[in-house]
Amino acid sequence: MKIRVKVNGTLYEADVEPRTLLAYFLREELKLTGTHIGCDTTSCGACTVLLDGKAVKSCTVLAVQADGCEVLTVEGLEKDGELHPLQSAFWEEHALHCGYCTPGMLMASYALLQDNPMPTEEEIREGLSGNVCRCTGYMNIVKAVQSAARKMAGETGKAMGEVATSGTAAD
Amino acid sequence: MALPQTELRPMGKSILRKEDPRLIRGKGRYVDDIMLPNMLYLCILRSPYAHARIRRIDTSAAQAAPGVKLVMTGEDLAKMNLAWMPTLAGDQQMVLATGKVLFQYQEVAAVVAETRAQAEDAIQLIEVDYEPLPAVVDPFKALEPDAPILREDKEKKSNHIWHWEAGDREETEAIFRDAPVVVKQDVRFQRVHPSPLEPCGCVADYNSATGRLTFYVTSQAPHVHRTAIAMVTGFPEHQIHVISPDVGGGFGNKVPIYPGYVCAIVASMKLGVPVKWIETRTENIASTHFARDYHMTAEIAATEDGKMLALRVKTIADHGAFDATANPTKYPAGLFSIVTGSYDFKAAFVEVDGVHTNKPPGGVAYRCSFRVTEASYLIERVVDILARRLQMDPAELRLRNFIRKEQFPYRCPTGWVYDSGDYEKTLKLALERIGYDELRKEQAEKRARGEFMGIGISTFTEIVGAGPAHSFDILGIKMFDSAEIRVHPTGKVIARLGVRHQGQGHETTFAQIIAEELGLSADDVLIEEGDTDTAPYGLGTYGSRSTPTAGAAAALCGRRIREKARKIAAHLLEVGEDDVVWDGTSFSAKGLPGRSVTMKDVALAAYTNVPEGMEPGLEATYYYNPPNLTFPNGAYIAVVDIDKGTGAVKVRRFLAVDDCGNVINPMIVEGQVHGGLTEGFAIAFMQDIPYDADGNCLAPNWMDYLVPTSLDTPKWETDRTVTPSPHHPIGAKGVGESPNVGSPAAFVNAVVDALSPLGVEHIDMPIYPWKVWSILREHGIEE
Repeated sequence: MKIRVKVNGTLYEADVEPRTLLAYFLREELKLTGTHIGCDTTSCGACTVLLDGKAVKSCTVLAVQADGCEVLTVEGLEKDGELHPLQSAFWEEHALHCGYCTPGMLMASYALLQDNPMPTEEEIREGLSGNVCRCTGYMNIVKAVQSAARKMAGETGKAMGEVATSGTAAD
Repeated sequence: MALPQTELRPMGKSILRKEDPRLIRGKGRYVDDIMLPNMLYLCILRSPYAHARIRRIDTSAAQAAPGVKLVMTGEDLAKMNLAWMPTLAGDQQMVLATGKVLFQYQEVAAVVAETRAQAEDAIQLIEVDYEPLPAVVDPFKALEPDAPILREDKEKKSNHIWHWEAGDREETEAIFRDAPVVVKQDVRFQRVHPSPLEPCGCVADYNSATGRLTFYVTSQAPHVHRTAIAMVTGFPEHQIHVISPDVGGGFGNKVPIYPGYVCAIVASMKLGVPVKWIETRTENIASTHFARDYHMTAEIAATEDGKMLALRVKTIADHGAFDATANPTKYPAGLFSIVTGSYDFKAAFVEVDGVHTNKPPGGVAYRCSFRVTEASYLIERVVDILARRLQMDPAELRLRNFIRKEQFPYRCPTGWVYDSGDYEKTLKLALERIGYDELRKEQAEKRARGEFMGIGISTFTEIVGAGPAHSFDILGIKMFDSAEIRVHPTGKVIARLGVRHQGQGHETTFAQIIAEELGLSADDVLIEEGDTDTAPYGLGTYGSRSTPTAGAAAALCGRRIREKARKIAAHLLEVGEDDVVWDGTSFSAKGLPGRSVTMKDVALAAYTNVPEGMEPGLEATYYYNPPNLTFPNGAYIAVVDIDKGTGAVKVRRFLAVDDCGNVINPMIVEGQVHGGLTEGFAIAFMQDIPYDADGNCLAPNWMDYLVPTSLDTPKWETDRTVTPSPHHPIGAKGVGESPNVGSPAAFVNAVVDALSPLGVEHIDMPIYPWKVWSILREHGIEE
């Protein structure tokens, strides 16, 4: 089946078997191997990506279901050589050991902060409970998401401030 | 906040990890990320029966299926003498079954096809005619005289594998005969599985033109894998290039060789193209090597006033169909004889019997040194039972019986010589930090109100860092480890080690060790591991051995370089070598202020301006054979509250005070402790792989074999005492496994403590809510 899907801003057209899972399409067709597969049964969340802005486990979505959609993977988080605040925070707070869960954790955290820009610790634990990490014990992941949320709120505040300033100038 | 990698004198500092920039960008390279031109995929057909004779296998339909390039059965491998392979424990294991299958999910046939899906489709077309045989699941029944004999390939016609013992039987029994107090408890350590997030897998790439086999594998011990492959296949070792790329967690699961690896290698050699095999989660849990499954009985002999005198332990070890522990040759029960723990017993006697059953082979050390978690859990559990019997506080009983600081080096009754420790200080710090006395007061008040609150202590001693080589080997290879350091003309360093990290942060911590020795920053040092063509030989990363062995090799290799550097510095400073002083970052001339050279100056001179007669270059290799093991230890305290309505246990607080000697990177040590505690928590409360009477695996996925999520996992509190290892070059001991070794007993002791007013003395793990609920209801406790 032919599909058209935009991944990290680039439009791809591909002919896929109907049974192809989105995770395998991303990894094997597009060679975006940052999306990992850990359990094949929707249990671990290593394959989490954003599909039209919503976090999904891409081992449980068919590639054909992504036809006409936009997908964001871990490779799409960095902008112009600048790490996303979540990526920096995971580094700074030691929120990864082996790194295998990290792409899925980052994407699930990204979706969480979109819906709830300043989550409490409990809300973060709830929001990431579909993603398994076997190494860290989660405490530093929670800290990283909190730290990124603060940084992003600061940046948003600054960006809004800039808009306001330029607005004043235009007036 | 961690410090940048450009920090000089980085030892003991929380430096940001060097491996993270690629991993947070999704640019790690794990084995399934390796995609080579013309690569084919291998899938494995597995047995639905735990014990059955194979009457016939018909592969014709599979061979004719779309995309299929090769179908292999055990008979095909037998023609190459590869139907069986040796295990790390000196037994042998079937690669693909011939004759009969011995556990559910055992490998029966392999299919290689152009795509993963085609290979999966084709294995469904293989017809196997099985004659089911009675399954032997219970290891005690396996030892009964009329039990079916499982292993027809062995000369010994019994399911009993081996008997092993340590300590002094007669002395121990004499003490028990006269002991005023004896406690005895059966304790099961259930069957669990390391289950790293990345399952096992490989890509075998045989190049017929060069005669070389490149083998990408997610491995904790790439050199051992290369040697084992050479031994199994007869392929020349130098023509095998093993590459262990980024490893997505190991925890002991990625030490052994698995049948899928052999199949992929054979397929690549037959077909002349790369062949990939990546297992599913179910294959990982239900066929790769399990951990634990010890049925233990422990007795302590003591005086009325709480002096522990002797320990007696008897264990039945269920090894499954093949004895595939990853233990050193001399130690079929690993280092289980560390079971005397942190206590000064007069005598001890420990015996273990290994048994075959119709279950997957094992058992590996799941985030612990060989069989040490079993030992630590047992002694810490039974000490609590003794405290209860004597009506003594469990902290007080421990303090009364600890090996005292001045007794180190301490020879325990089973023969190990503990290097160092200050158990009293560590426990006292833990008691103070958690507010033990206040918690006991709170508990008394709650008990008076009919509430169930528990406090559990575990004061464990680990034994890690194998060698020494005179006692420890894997497949005959002595357990040393190695480092090679090359300092390049601009003072930048590439260092390679014989171990292989799986998330422990070696790229950072070993860079710190070497940077400290050479007066550089961690940023100047690139660490490489996992490539057998380039790294010096080593035994790999497991049993918390990397820092005790390869870490020591890195430090001593750095010092070897510094010795040559001193000679070059003397030449540059135009003074005698004895007049050169090293201050940690530069060499200076004694009595000549202002005259100094850095390691970078020396490095350039090593290639441009060496003293007359000196060999140019600045590099060294060091093979480190540790004089002894190291003995990390700690005091852990858990505080739990029990919900009377549901039986759920809430871990309200958990404090881990670890003593792992000198610390290289506190951030990484704390991270390791968090992770290990989480796995210990999982084992205590969630994890078990049960089998039904027919040998069917009842938890072959992450819906039934539970891994803790962020919602389940408690918050951890950590602290440290530091008693350096006297024999380690930087005084370090290893830490990655302590929290998994020490914590299960703290959790279980806390739950039993909470339920002790009901007369409960022991509950086997995992402590599911229904177990607690049943105990409460049996005693008439309602919500």
